[in-house]
Amino acid sequence: MGAYIARRLIATIPVMLVVAVCVFLLLHLTPGDPAAVLAGDNATSDQVAQIRAQLGLDEPLWRQFGMWLWRLMQGDLGESLFWGKPVLDLVLERAEPTISLALTTITFAVIIAVSLGVLAAWQAGTLVDRLIMGFAVLGFSVPVFVVGYVLIFVFAINLRWVPVQGYTPLAEGVGPWLERLVLPSIALGLAYVALIARITRASMLEVLAEDYVRTAQAKGVATRPMLTRHALKNAAVPIVTVVGIGVALLIGGVVITETVFNIPGVGRLVVDAIQRRDYPIIQGCILIFSAVYVLVNLLVDISYTFFDPRIRY
Amino acid sequence: MNLVEPEMQVATAVKPILEVEDLRTHFFTRDGVTRAVDGVSFTVAPGETLGIVGESGCGKSVTALSILRLLPARLGRIVGGSVRFEGQELLSLPEGRMRDIRGNRVAMIFQEPMTSLNPVLTIGDQIAEAVMIHQGASRSDALRRAAEMLRLVRIPDAEKRVGDYPHQFSGGMRQRVMIAMALSCSPRLLIADEPTTALDVTVQAQILKLMLELKQATGSAVMLITHDLGVIAETCQRVIVMYAGRVVEQAEVLELFDAPLHPYTRGLMASIPRIGLGRRKRLAEIPGIVPDLRKPIVGCAFAPRCPIASARCRAEPPPLAEHRPGHLAACWHAGEMP
Repeated sequence: MGAYIARRLIATIPVMLVVAVCVFLLLHLTPGDPAAVLAGDNATSDQVAQIRAQLGLDEPLWRQFGMWLWRLMQGDLGESLFWGKPVLDLVLERAEPTISLALTTITFAVIIAVSLGVLAAWQAGTLVDRLIMGFAVLGFSVPVFVVGYVLIFVFAINLRWVPVQGYTPLAEGVGPWLERLVLPSIALGLAYVALIARITRASMLEVLAEDYVRTAQAKGVATRPMLTRHALKNAAVPIVTVVGIGVALLIGGVVITETVFNIPGVGRLVVDAIQRRDYPIIQGCILIFSAVYVLVNLLVDISYTFFDPRIRY
Repeated sequence: MNLVEPEMQVATAVKPILEVEDLRTHFFTRDGVTRAVDGVSFTVAPGETLGIVGESGCGKSVTALSILRLLPARLGRIVGGSVRFEGQELLSLPEGRMRDIRGNRVAMIFQEPMTSLNPVLTIGDQIAEAVMIHQGASRSDALRRAAEMLRLVRIPDAEKRVGDYPHQFSGGMRQRVMIAMALSCSPRLLIADEPTTALDVTVQAQILKLMLELKQATGSAVMLITHDLGVIAETCQRVIVMYAGRVVEQAEVLELFDAPLHPYTRGLMASIPRIGLGRRKRLAEIPGIVPDLRKPIVGCAFAPRCPIASARCRAEPPPLAEHRPGHLAACWHAGEMP
């Protein structure tokens, strides 16, 4: 097991390297002189020259990459052009809202989606099943920003149940913290719920047709333990796989959700950086998001052994 | 000919533990209604071993699943008849009360040991579960009982193996585990649906022997479903022969093998390979195929394949009637040779 994790961690190195190359080239594949692009439309030639020197853009490409990678490996993601501060510091400052949003969304989405999926599979073919699956198609089809604005309009502006926008740090209490996370979590999680619910239903349907489910019933096992202990644990591997893959969906969604709900998180940092052409921030955030995604899916792979004793690494 | 209703025939001194009467189970599929079980009646006496024999699709498994009401939901439905266990009607019992009977008073062993155990739960937990449900035992007590059951079905190192998973057992071992699971609550009736069909011949004999030994020890009745007349001959006291969802013959095992009355039973016996029959002689077979159970059957279901079928057979279904003491057959020409 330990050896497997070590092997998998080593295997992430080439993946991250490819990501690094793409991220690095992002700046250099932009049409025109990167320094001029970075400096903007109204810059003087002195400013452009200064930026070029600051970023080492007059060096050969391979050398630039080598230096950039070297700094990267020392944990240096570069400095923001706009803020003049290290990218890593900027990201860490804004990490709490984003992590809060991601964790609440994943937690509630998984609980709700798996419950809905199990219910739909158990009631397959009935009205309940059709309603849940109809909701899933809808949830997957409506974009995050539409859901976000509709939620704000209905629940924050009309009903005044929750605040419209913004973020309250966890340090100020769980209640206020959660209150402002409810709507963004729903907006962000809807597509995620839909995805997980569908795969849960499909996986459960398959398992419920297995002989051992009938054995459990022949033993006198009641419906609830039959669905959870006997069936869901067998259906878990495809479900956790999609939970992991779906994190990509969340990362894309976080950027939009934080903008819609005016949450000062990493997503907003990225959007602002894109508007300002603050390349070091964009590059740093893409690297961090990629690393998170790779790690989450490593955790998912490891979790398989917990659900299925036949899987051993 | 002496026409006696089947339920009168078994009105002996001992009250039967299971009485199935005119059971009808139909499957509602897109292509129409399949009459998988079409008016089956039989009884099982306490401690008796009853064999149910017939070829694939004759309704023997569906009969077993109907007794425990374990038919695939929304597809198969019991549309008529009665199943009484220890005098209590099961078909109208609320689901919760039915669950109290399943695995407790009536237990079942299935055909496929490779797929009938849950791959993600330990053997011990799967055996202990029934004990916990029906006897309210704590998990540790139930696990001790599980180890005891594993010892009883002769699994070596039982105490250690309770923590193992099904994939760590062979097919024969898994069927032993299924038997341990089924007998863990000392059921009064054990329904074994082709328990040895998926196993090697050598293992088959061991499993059958084990099952019968444990049956003797616990005094439970056994309903053994099989398509193998050899298994019936070795294990059962009484036999029911099923064809196309109906009972066609019923007799004590020796009587049945000595003097089969129904042409279908005779066909089944003729198709058993025997050593010494001569190398050149072809194995007998029953011509034709099992009728389509989605279509209504007029007359005797076996008539199209029967060597002695008459016009009456094709027009009028023969009732299950007693032709010799304790020997029932549903045939207009019972005992006649072709």
